[in-house]
Amino acid sequence: MLRYLLSRLLTFVPTFIGVCIISFAFIRVLPGDPIIVMAGERGVSEERYQELYEQFGFDRPIVVQFWDYFTGVLQGDLGTSYVTKRPVWDEFFSLFPATLELSICAILLAILLGIPAGVIAAVNRGKFFDRALMSSALVGYSMPIFWWALLLIIVFSGNLGWTPVSGRIDLLYFFDAKTGFMLIDSLLSGQDGAFQSAVRHLILPAIVLATIPLAVIARQTRSAMLEVLGEDYIRTARAKGLAPMRVNGVHALRNAMIPVITVVGLSVGMLLAGAILTETIFSWPGIGKWMVDSIYRRDYPVVQGGLLLVALLVMVVNLLVDLAYGLINPKIRKR
Amino acid sequence: MSLKSTLTAAGVFALLAGSASAQSTLVYCSEGSPEGFDPALYTSGTTFDASSHPIYNRLVEFETGSTNVIPGLAESWEVSEDGTEVTFNLREGVKFHTTDYFTPSRELNADDVIYSFMRQLETEGSWEYFNAMSMPDLVESIEKVDDMTVKFNLTRPEAPFIANLAMDFASIQSKEYADAMEEAGTPEMLNQQPIGTGPFEFVAYQKDAVIRYAANPDYWKEGLPKVDNLVFAITPDASVRYQKLQAGECHVMPYPNPADIQAMKDDENINVMEQEGLNVGYLAYNTQMAPFDNPKVRKALNMAIDKQAIIDVVFQGSGSIAKNPIPPTMWSYNEAVEDDPFDPEAAQRMLEEEGVTDLSMKIWAMPVQRPYNPNARRMAELMQEDFSNIGVDVEIVSYEWGEYLDRSKAMDRDGAVLLGWTGDNGDPDNFLAVLLGCDAVGGSNRAQWCYEPFDDIVQEAKTLSSQEERAELYKEAQVIFKEQAPWATIAHSVVFMPMRPEVEGYKVHPLGGHIFTEVGLAE
Repeated sequence: MLRYLLSRLLTFVPTFIGVCIISFAFIRVLPGDPIIVMAGERGVSEERYQELYEQFGFDRPIVVQFWDYFTGVLQGDLGTSYVTKRPVWDEFFSLFPATLELSICAILLAILLGIPAGVIAAVNRGKFFDRALMSSALVGYSMPIFWWALLLIIVFSGNLGWTPVSGRIDLLYFFDAKTGFMLIDSLLSGQDGAFQSAVRHLILPAIVLATIPLAVIARQTRSAMLEVLGEDYIRTARAKGLAPMRVNGVHALRNAMIPVITVVGLSVGMLLAGAILTETIFSWPGIGKWMVDSIYRRDYPVVQGGLLLVALLVMVVNLLVDLAYGLINPKIRKR
Repeated sequence: MSLKSTLTAAGVFALLAGSASAQSTLVYCSEGSPEGFDPALYTSGTTFDASSHPIYNRLVEFETGSTNVIPGLAESWEVSEDGTEVTFNLREGVKFHTTDYFTPSRELNADDVIYSFMRQLETEGSWEYFNAMSMPDLVESIEKVDDMTVKFNLTRPEAPFIANLAMDFASIQSKEYADAMEEAGTPEMLNQQPIGTGPFEFVAYQKDAVIRYAANPDYWKEGLPKVDNLVFAITPDASVRYQKLQAGECHVMPYPNPADIQAMKDDENINVMEQEGLNVGYLAYNTQMAPFDNPKVRKALNMAIDKQAIIDVVFQGSGSIAKNPIPPTMWSYNEAVEDDPFDPEAAQRMLEEEGVTDLSMKIWAMPVQRPYNPNARRMAELMQEDFSNIGVDVEIVSYEWGEYLDRSKAMDRDGAVLLGWTGDNGDPDNFLAVLLGCDAVGGSNRAQWCYEPFDDIVQEAKTLSSQEERAELYKEAQVIFKEQAPWATIAHSVVFMPMRPEVEGYKVHPLGGHIFTEVGLAE
């Protein structure tokens, strides 16, 4: 297992260097100059432009700029935002817990509903539940997120008044963010009703963000289950008289899990992409909105630092997925 | 939790519970996050709403709801005979905020004023607005006459100078706080935990989520601010802001979707205030390139544009037709000027008379939304159709915003550019000289139009101190502008501010800011 882990970790190095180069190059190949964007309609004089150009270090050769960035990254320094003048690292960590909290809730929701739904659909293949589930999964998968989010807000917050419209907690509650995770902070604050308020604020965004992964997981579970259910050992298990629950839940499901875990791992990338829209609509202060704003402003350090951190995150999740394969299927970890 | 935060929480609780409590809290659903809290570093309205308006004051201020300049931290000022010396007498007894993170030991004095400007004049930094208003060329030196008197020496007489000092970049910082932060090695705190003299004190900011302020108990204007707490709930999506306003989660919201305005007006729980914005959207020809160097050709094209259709389709009613290059809320606006009639047939005849046939041209459409032009692409398409009716073939081009701003400055630019302007200081010079003056050719004068009779008048007006005399000259300039037609003036946007009925005393500010100093809440 240790060797397996080490070999996975080794592939990290070239990927990391590649991501550094791409994140550095990405924002620079986009047309648009941060100085001119900053000045807007008012424009900027020739001398002033030169001054800022040097201040930002754009006058140095691109290779030198990259080397500075890269060595900075290795020392844990991602630079300082042109706009807010704060270190990228600080900004990321002030916002990231919000995204993480939302993403974890969304992926849990997707797994807890998606896997049982897929299993039930597979067992009842071709029956009403199966058809209804697969059609709704297709609808969920195809729905534009921003439209779905607005629809939920209008119905549940506007018409029914069950959930708050947006934000992470009622403005009534005001306490120091100790962990950045609102569910935890609200509990720690000891204020009456704070935790409930945080949960209520989380419901709609988590549903919206979970929708696509939920659809994908349900469909993947169903097809993996169907495949496994056709195997000989399942027939044997049934033949020797095991209870159907035990056959489906233990023998079949465990073997159907490998492709499902792959999909869950891939969903993390999808979640981060979905988070951009979800966060904007629900005024959720996470990294999605932060990244988009900084692309518009051509805030180079934020875009490259943010991209790098998000890419690292996806890499770590993929590593965890690989390790999970090993746990579920001993054949893989011995290979 | 500090005492102040407890109070803030209590105030919000009172709001949500709807109870009559001693604490009142106004919640504003703002459209975005401020870039920081030091207004001198930035140029965006969103940042100013969160920084310069609540937290700071300036030597002179714009009267909320107008472009009139009134005394602020300076009680009075004198301008020397030759117009190059301006002396400000500071107000006595103005206190800086006392907060969890800083306790001032003295009141406002001349050192604070000098520091606030000298840092922009002498130190490196992105002082963009200060530079954009040409302050470094204009201000020769700043002198401390005594503790409560400051004198600005200018390189030339310039009437709009006083109005410039009411702008956000001219907000007065505490030198004592700046020195303390410098000493502690954290000068960036000025931008993160601000200290000012304004109506509200900064309490806390959670990025992209919420900004909290508490009323400044020592504010120098009696009886203000009217609420105890001010909260900005950052809500980037306009539809969501509307939902929050309906649900009572906020009291005031800016920038509604044009499509929602009618429904808001019909809703008895929402009041909608409206006012023409201090802006203009235009199409600038390149007057240095044939055939657009001929005023008659430009005039003919202007007559082919169906502006009413643009107001209906692009602005969805939230705009008004522009005939002058300055907005109607600005002093010296010339009512007597007549707009070019919409007459495609006459336009086509005029083009033929000038020997212009088979004309094809480019129209540049901005890639971004702006108050003065919510959908440039659509506007360009409408113009394309209008021009095709008089036999002019139009190709629409667009670039990324930074590229667009840069390339559109080029003297040899091919095509007419859609762009606009929002006033900085309420002075006509800020439109007429900045956008149409000879000095601005190759820069913000996108028409590349240098016409001496016009330029002479505008330059002369700048040196006069009497507003009446200046207004006469600017009115004359608008007549010349209309004859020469370097632009097609398209529209001024209308600003809508939806709010809950319990909000009292809100005024739509023509310069675009959202200001809550004088706003109260009915019980």
